[in-house]
Amino acid sequence: MGAVPASLLAPAAPLRLGISPITNFGWRFRRCSVTDVKLLTFVCNWCSYGGADTAGGLKLECPPGVRLVRVMCSGRVDAQLILEGFRSGADGVLVLGCHPGDCHYKEGNYVAQKRAPLLARMLEQFGIERERFRIDWVSAGEGERFSKVVNAMYDNVARLGPLELVDRKVEGSMR
Amino acid sequence: MIKQKPKVAFYWCASCGGCEETVVDLNAAILDVADAVDIVLWPVALDFKYHHIEALKDGDIAVSFINGAIRTNEQAHISKLLRQKSGLVVAFGSCAHTGGIPGLANLTSREEIFRTSFHESPTVVNASGTVPQEDSLADGMPVRLPAFWEEVHTLDQWIDVDYYIPGCPPPPALVLSAVTAILEGKLPEKGSVLAPAKALCDTCPRRKTKSENTKITKIHRPHEIIADPEICFLEQGIICCGPATRSGCGEVCINGNMPCTGCFGPPPGVIDQGAKLISAISSLFNAKTKEEAMEMARQVVDPAGTFHRYTVPSSLLGCRIHKKAAMPADGRMDREAA
Repeated sequence: MGAVPASLLAPAAPLRLGISPITNFGWRFRRCSVTDVKLLTFVCNWCSYGGADTAGGLKLECPPGVRLVRVMCSGRVDAQLILEGFRSGADGVLVLGCHPGDCHYKEGNYVAQKRAPLLARMLEQFGIERERFRIDWVSAGEGERFSKVVNAMYDNVARLGPLELVDRKVEGSMR
Repeated sequence: MIKQKPKVAFYWCASCGGCEETVVDLNAAILDVADAVDIVLWPVALDFKYHHIEALKDGDIAVSFINGAIRTNEQAHISKLLRQKSGLVVAFGSCAHTGGIPGLANLTSREEIFRTSFHESPTVVNASGTVPQEDSLADGMPVRLPAFWEEVHTLDQWIDVDYYIPGCPPPPALVLSAVTAILEGKLPEKGSVLAPAKALCDTCPRRKTKSENTKITKIHRPHEIIADPEICFLEQGIICCGPATRSGCGEVCINGNMPCTGCFGPPPGVIDQGAKLISAISSLFNAKTKEEAMEMARQVVDPAGTFHRYTVPSSLLGCRIHKKAAMPADGRMDREAA
């Protein structure tokens, strides 16, 4: 659980994507204000990462609270990672992969697609609204689409506000 | 001079008594255990008082086996007391280890539990609407009940735990080998789970019947069909938690033609058993389109209760979010939704 690099803290103005921080799990997000939400976005190396790059090249607007994590494939985003994202301070988690049929690994995005609805149902049982977790497809050339998907998701999450996960530390515990 | 036998304590917290049952199920072997140790506390079987424990010196008890999750002041107090008086503390069974069945209460709230238990259950007659109070008077005498916490916690979220014996309940053979290891001092490093490190599928007698490419087209609950006693449950469309559950149980459920429900908790390297099971089970769905995937997910009646049956308190989320007051409507919504 290291500190967040200064470059990743939410700047006041919308970011121009182009350079994506390649990060690993383990950092804690810091809140900048009550209304500032963090959208953790997993982008696959072969399509959506390129889509984010294209969006930056087109100078399209993206919300400040988006955190990109590049993974090799959307199918690699295990349910544990998504829960860990919420636990680490994300208010929403978005998984972006190649369009069905375009997966670099042939079927990785189908695996991700099968996982999502089941996980979404479990998240609801834990009180995490359905709008906070989504999976979608963005190809490398679809800068516009990347911007649209991310902005729409961010606005949905912002409308819900910060996710108030319960702090599991007990007062008086010997741990 | 007679050598002092090591002192042993058994205690139960939020649990059902099944773990005590498993100790009794050691049958004749329990006599050997009873010969080798001096039991100083075992509320389910013997009449000791808490002040007997308080009178002991710190670290006087060689080992305390504590089963059950932590939910009330009494459980919290006694487990802390036993931690202070014991050399070793062993979390005994699923509830102490990962939260267990009582941990499922974290998917609801204290308020809802009280409402159901004391007002709404069809079997409850409570015209006066009486609800237990922490402090009350009975015949003019003060009565104090332990406070009931908002959430359930595992034992190691409350006190320091040396070893874990998993299972709901832990099978007698596992208990005996663990107790023997403790008595002989042949213990692995602190914090170990005293059970094998493999996943259940690895040791399952039906392992060979699982195909390379399982495709579940319809999910059946165990009571809906008569399962083939030879074939892998997943192959038959019955959800089995073997892929992300630790082995060491002796496959008793599988041999009884029932799928694994995950009571041994996650194998090493897995933090969140439920999440891993979602990944494992969903990957077997026969679903190419989004609609088919949603239909398969819909067939899982209770995802959290199925995949997190024994592990809600120790999971990454830990409990359902308590609904707070709505956000002030000053959210920065100045951008048009794209």
